[in-house]
Amino acid sequence: MKVGVLALQGDFREHLKAAEECGHTPIDVRRVSELNEVDALILPGGESTTIVHLAQNFGLYQPIKGAIAQGLPVYGSCAGMILLADRIVDGVKDQKTFGGLDITVRRNAFGRQVDSFESDLTFNGTSLHAVFIRAPWVEQVGAGVEVLSTAADHAVAVRQGNLLATSFHPELTEDLAVHRYFFEEICKGR
Amino acid sequence: MSEATGTARVKRGMAEMLKGGVIMDVVNVEQAKIAEDAGACAVMALERVPADIRAQGGVARMSDPDMIQKIQAAVSIPVMAKVRIGHFVEAQILESLGVDYIDESEVLTPADYTNHIDKWNFKIPFVCGATNLGEALRRINEGAAMIRSKGEAGTGDVSNAMTHMRTIGGEIRRLTSMREDELYVAAKELQAPYALVKEVAETGKLPVVLFTAGGIATPADAALMMQMGADGVFIGSGIFKSGDPAHRAAACVKATTFFNDAKVLADVSRGLGDAMVGINVADIPVPHRLAERGW
Repeated sequence: MKVGVLALQGDFREHLKAAEECGHTPIDVRRVSELNEVDALILPGGESTTIVHLAQNFGLYQPIKGAIAQGLPVYGSCAGMILLADRIVDGVKDQKTFGGLDITVRRNAFGRQVDSFESDLTFNGTSLHAVFIRAPWVEQVGAGVEVLSTAADHAVAVRQGNLLATSFHPELTEDLAVHRYFFEEICKGR
Repeated sequence: MSEATGTARVKRGMAEMLKGGVIMDVVNVEQAKIAEDAGACAVMALERVPADIRAQGGVARMSDPDMIQKIQAAVSIPVMAKVRIGHFVEAQILESLGVDYIDESEVLTPADYTNHIDKWNFKIPFVCGATNLGEALRRINEGAAMIRSKGEAGTGDVSNAMTHMRTIGGEIRRLTSMREDELYVAAKELQAPYALVKEVAETGKLPVVLFTAGGIATPADAALMMQMGADGVFIGSGIFKSGDPAHRAAACVKATTFFNDAKVLADVSRGLGDAMVGINVADIPVPHRLAERGW
């Protein structure tokens, strides 16, 4: 499977490596032509405002929105979660997202960098070690959204249809459980 | 749920999120908002940009907490701030303000000409400058979670940044080609801990993110540094000392992402107005060169 990683800004290299380690062909996505080639897409950690700014400037914003609407499997970590959310609070004024996930996300919900932390949690029934960096959380979930992990009484991993989002960064650890879940459960058959 | 804050992983991980981005020096709320709107991945809050520190002279210190907090309140992206080399109390103050990253910076007047700050004592991550691999590894050994190659700040002259990126890259490549029994002497020559030298020899890269800084003034400069292997760039005086800061800031952000695409670089380089006037590093007398501070 060809797995694209949006490579505008952030830790896209770590996601490319994770996709490769799971046996897939990783592709940097910076252009529409590259987006059109992929069977699945990952939105990396980074600064959500920077990533949206670049996506809008380089004509990727509408194509990604369109691909999500047509059912492309997409996984977003941290900034990627913000980019997949239909609604955000504490964003910059009029901050745009690609949307698709019926959730409300609070940016920097766990606090500033001094509050960034690592912790064990349960993801879809199995335990894993998670790294949270200036992380968002899910404030509200819509009816069709499945919560896969919680921390501090908030959802930090959610799935709706072909879309998966986590507040934390599995790409910064050796544990590829979240990536495998995305490839095996969501991208199945592609 | 047992939570661990201030670990090496969350400090270094924070820098991973900045990769491929531009960190811009800003001196007030208005500039911070321009930087955020242009797509900066973080801002560096300081009272005077390096070009002004250079022009005005005197002792340069940590900025007023009021000014830093106003910027923190105005933007949602990470806010960094500078402390003098070795001034651990300025660092304690910035930590209490909740800045996202501390830059222990040669651009300010050093407070200690022998020791840098023991950065392991802080929950806040530090970025430090380096002119060569040994200096970078000494800073990492003291707890730096991110390195920026030094250039000559406040000049708009990219030549020093180039020299230091080539030096760091060259020294890393040299380590990777060595026999294991030669690494002990390599560590001695680099004046760096053996364990870090061995790690670099095995992985072919620094154990932390490497940005570049100092003298970057154009989109082409930013792309040059990215092609030289930087993970991202700091731009100080280059943006807000130019004719059209908002336009130039956005252009530098695009150039940092599309650093390998000459067509995009040509497009974003058009019509940017006046670049900062600049000073040739060669015209600055050696005692006034900032990059040589740090030990």
